[in-house]
Order: sequence, then C-alpha cells, then structure tokens
Amino acid sequence: MDKAMVEKIKSNPSYVELVTKRSSFAWKLTITMLTVYYAYILLIAFSPETLGAKLTAGGMATVGIPVGIAIIVFAFALTGVYVKRANSEFDGLLNKIKEDVAKDIK
Amino acid sequence: MKKILLLLSILAVSAFAMGGDLGAGTKADELNVPAIVMFFAFVAATLGITYWASKKTKSASDFYTAGGGITGVQNGTAIAGDYMSAASFLGITGSVYLNGYDGLIFSIGFLVGWPVILFMISEQLRNLGKYTFADVTSYRLKQKPVRILAALGSISVVILYLIAQMVGAGKLIEILFGLDYEFAVVLVGILMIGYVVFGGMLATTWVQIIKAILLLLGTTFMSIMVMAQFGFSFEELFRTATEIHSKGEAIMSPGGLVSDPISAISLGIALMFGTAGLPHILMRFFTVSDAKEARKSVFVATGLIGYFYILTFIMGFGAIVLVLGADGGTYLSADGHTLKGMNNMAAVWLAHAVGGDYFLGFISAVAFATILAVVSGLTLAGASAVSHDLYANAFADGKKVSEENEMKVSRYATIAIGIAAMICGIAFEKQNIAFVVALAFTIASSANFPVLFMSIFWKKLTTRGAVIGGYIGLASALILVILGPVVWTQILGFGDPIVPYKFPAVFSVPMAFIAIWYFSITDNSEDAQRCIDEFDAQDIRCQTGIGASSASEH
Repeated sequence: MDKAMVEKIKSNPSYVELVTKRSSFAWKLTITMLTVYYAYILLIAFSPETLGAKLTAGGMATVGIPVGIAIIVFAFALTGVYVKRANSEFDGLLNKIKEDVAKDIK
Repeated sequence: MKKILLLLSILAVSAFAMGGDLGAGTKADELNVPAIVMFFAFVAATLGITYWASKKTKSASDFYTAGGGITGVQNGTAIAGDYMSAASFLGITGSVYLNGYDGLIFSIGFLVGWPVILFMISEQLRNLGKYTFADVTSYRLKQKPVRILAALGSISVVILYLIAQMVGAGKLIEILFGLDYEFAVVLVGILMIGYVVFGGMLATTWVQIIKAILLLLGTTFMSIMVMAQFGFSFEELFRTATEIHSKGEAIMSPGGLVSDPISAISLGIALMFGTAGLPHILMRFFTVSDAKEARKSVFVATGLIGYFYILTFIMGFGAIVLVLGADGGTYLSADGHTLKGMNNMAAVWLAHAVGGDYFLGFISAVAFATILAVVSGLTLAGASAVSHDLYANAFADGKKVSEENEMKVSRYATIAIGIAAMICGIAFEKQNIAFVVALAFTIASSANFPVLFMSIFWKKLTTRGAVIGGYIGLASALILVILGPVVWTQILGFGDPIVPYKFPAVFSVPMAFIAIWYFSITDNSEDAQRCIDEFDAQDIRCQTGIGASSASEH
C-alpha cells in the first residue's frame, strides 16, 4: 500500500466512522467483561459468604451457583452482541470502504 | 505414504500387545475390552483422515493453515476442542468432585478470556497474519529479533504444555488400558507426529473437530443421566451430594482455592491473557478465510466451551453422589478415600456409573482422542515457529526460502518436537507438573501477549521496545515461577517461597508492558522512526483486511 493510498483511506469518512465506532464498542465490551469478572473474583476474595448464602431458606443451592452460571452465559452473550453488530453495521461500512478503494484503483 | 500410515497402525497394535503383556495383572484390574475396541476405531478413523488430508496438503499454506479453507463454525469447534483438553475435562470435573464450588471458579477464569480475544485480537490477527502470530508482531518491526523472540516464546509454551499433556496422557492410558507408562507416552508421541507430518493443519483440525463433538455428546449424555437420577432437580442433586461429601455443605460455597485478592487477580490475569498468548490457539485464526469467519469462530467456541464447563459442574456433583457414594465403594482404592487411579478419574468412573462398560470404553477412548488432538495442535504450532519464523524468516537473512524447503524443515521440526516431548514426558513422570502449566500460562501472558497486543494497537512501538519488553516478560515469568511456591518450596524444598503466588502474572505482565513502553519511547534510532511511519498502513490493513492474505492466493 503506497503513501497516497494510505492517506486517502485514512481520510475516507466511512473509514473514520468504522474505526471510531468499532474501537469504542470493543473497548466498552472488554471493560464490561473485565468489570464483571473481577467483581466476581474480588467477591470471592473478600466476601465469600455473600456467594455462599443460601438461595432459599432450607435449600442447598447457594447464590454463587446462579451467579457463576450467569457469568458464563453473559460472556457468551457478549460475543453474540459483538458479532451481530459487526456483521451488519461494521461490515456494511467495510464494504463501502472497499468499494471506494476499488474505484480509486480504476 | 499409505505404507507409513499402515506401519503406524501396526505399531499402535503392537504397543498394545507388548504393553498389555507387561501390564497385565499389575496395572489395571482387568482388560477393558470395549475401551480398547473403541480406541482402535478412533485411531483407525484418525489415520484415515490423515491419509485423506495428506493428499490435499501440497503447499505451505495447506500445511500451516489448511489452505485457509476452514469455516467459522468448524474452526470454532476446533478451538473449543483445543480448549477442552484432557486437563479441563478430567481436571475440572475432578476439582468439582473434590472441592465442589471452587471448581467452577477455574472454569469461569478460563472462559472470560474469550470475549476479550474476540473484541481485541481475533480479527486483527486474521487481517495481519499469515501462518504464525509472529507474522503480526514482526509486521513493521525488524524481522530477525522479533521473530526470534516470538519463536522462543512459542516454543517454550508449546514444550511446557506438551509435557503437561504427555504426563497426563501416560498416567491416563496406564490406568485405562493397562499399558505401561513409557509405552503410552511413546504411542501418543508417534501418533501425533504421524498426524502432523502427513496431514498438517487439515488433519489436526479435523481430528480436533471430531473429538470435540464426541466429547460434547459424551458429557451431555453423562449430565442428562446424572440429572435423571434426581428427577432433573438441582436441589436434590446438591442435597444428596452434601450428605455424601466429607466437607458437607462447604462444597456449595467458595472455599480455600482463592484465598487472597492478589492471588485471585493474578490467576485471573494469567488465565485471561495467557489464552491470548497461546500459539496453538492463535494459529487457528489463520485457518479461516477472513475476519468475519474469525469472528464467528470465537462466538461458536465461546458457546461450546461455556456449555462444556456447565456440564463439568454437573458431572463433578454427579460424581460425588454416584462415584464417591457408590454402594460398596466400587470406585475407591484400598484406603477407602481416594478414587482408583487418581482423583482426576472422577469423570471416567462416572461414565461407568451411568453407562456401564461400553460407555466407560467410549469415554476412555474420547479422553485418549482428546490428548492426541491437543498434542497434535501444540506440535504443529511449535513446528511452525521453527520453520516459518526461524528458518524461513529470521535466519534466511533476506533470501527467499522455497516452500518445499520450508515444509521439509517444518516436518523435521515436528519429529524433533515429538521426540523431545516423549523424552520429557518420560523424564517428568514422577514430578509435580502443576508448575509446568502455571509457567506455560505465565509465559504466554507475559512474553507473547504484551508484544502482540502492543504491535497491533500502539503506533509508537519500536523494535527495541518490543524485543527488550518481550524478554523481560519471558525472564520475569521464569524467575517468578521458580521463586514461587511450587518450584521453590515443593520441588526444591527451600522452605517458604520468596514469591507467594503460583501464577505471578500480576507482576510479570505489567513489567513487560512498562518495559515495552519505556524502551520504545526512548528509542531514537532510524529504525524506530520507520516502525512508527509504517503503522498507518498496518492499521488500515488491520482494520479493513485490505491486502490481507486470503485463501484464494493459491
């Protein structure tokens, strides 16, 4: 890729939109995942009894079990959220950029 | 080619015959015939796949990445297969069986790295790389020093991981099939060399996919059988388990596994960022056609891995009731407490408890398949580092290396790594191998991941920063693990550890990042300016995939 092409793509509005939107979305999701996970870890370290509390009086299941399962499901759901937006919005922008580049080459 | 594969199968049979003779009466209680029949069926099927793959493996791209023709769903299943190693199938079920809730904490730590890999690494890797992750780290930096660093990081992780798998495999096969430990290790080594040398990535991927599906079917069946015993009521399962387990109700809450916050965070960092630095996982992103398929792979993989971890939790509790609580202590060894074989065998004995001899045979064969599939992927990752990073790039000194030569070196490297793994596997038989896994994850998170991450995202990264930072990460991982509780105290017997953490990633990862930053910003060389200038072009390819190497290249 030559310098002129690099500058051209960098100033393409679709490219700017793609890069800004996607990186802010990716960082937000990453921070969400890290927050949930480290909140869980810190809860285990500092207050294990919170997770060990019984779910129902007289029952055996503890709060920690649905919480743990929920984190697993949540991690999967987050990947789904990202893939869905990437497949529609981000790929749409990407195709536009590629069309523009193809036009420039001609 | 055909002859060699035939030879391999004969070897497998004769190893059994010899091992069986030697082991009869001493190792296993009785010969597990269904297990052996299913084992042969599996080995025959995988050798068939290898034969088919060998005919399609012609170019270097076929060998390293299956020609880039794997779909997202297939690749996601293979990634899940890599992750559902024997260590997690037997280890996590065993850990739930022993400690209850604490087993789940590990599963979660292993899983949460995946979304982050999707958001930060997977598409970027696919757009920038070709065969190995060093293609990405050396994209705009100086090839030689950066490739050597990446290859060292990859090969150390691969060898350490292989040792852990080999020792586990040897023990498992010794128990399941009554084979001698050394025979078992050699058998695994020879089969894995065969798959990789002849079938390359295509065979490695399909062996992994088939095994992943079998393992998921088997564990689903076991979990349903467990739940059926309790009228599909978790409350009933938990109640019975707490009545049987010696720790009683304590198995329902977090216990002593994660005792202090620093250990907890350190473990979290090692598991999360370690995954993003494992070469055998990263290379899978090059087997798909484009970033979109790479993305889909992670989605599928995360779903399958998450589902599998939930099942291991059910199986662990099921094992407490049906294995520990079985009438007459059927599955316990003479002391009446530990399981026959070892406590990691909980999942295997549970298979017998819910499905009898045939299902035990099935699960044993699947466990064996799991080991074979994972070690093959590891070996291929190690061989790629030797042939692609070292031979074809770092030491080629700008000369173009022919594809034939590169593949030849790759196959020799496979054989060398295979032999090294067999020797280490036998040498480490009686050692505590827990530190090996800790070390592999710590190196992956401290040496491989920081350089990879910074090379993708940080414009001002220079060759000097990446190389010094990477080596500092590698060295600190090594030193801190040696000074830690497993090596310093348990293996060397020097008393209290100098570093009280099993996974020292909380220190070594930031050290690597800070060194990369510092030695980059203070780098005023000409090369540094060139690295910075070339970032924009790299970033465009990274963001859009324009110019990325694709499956249609050949």
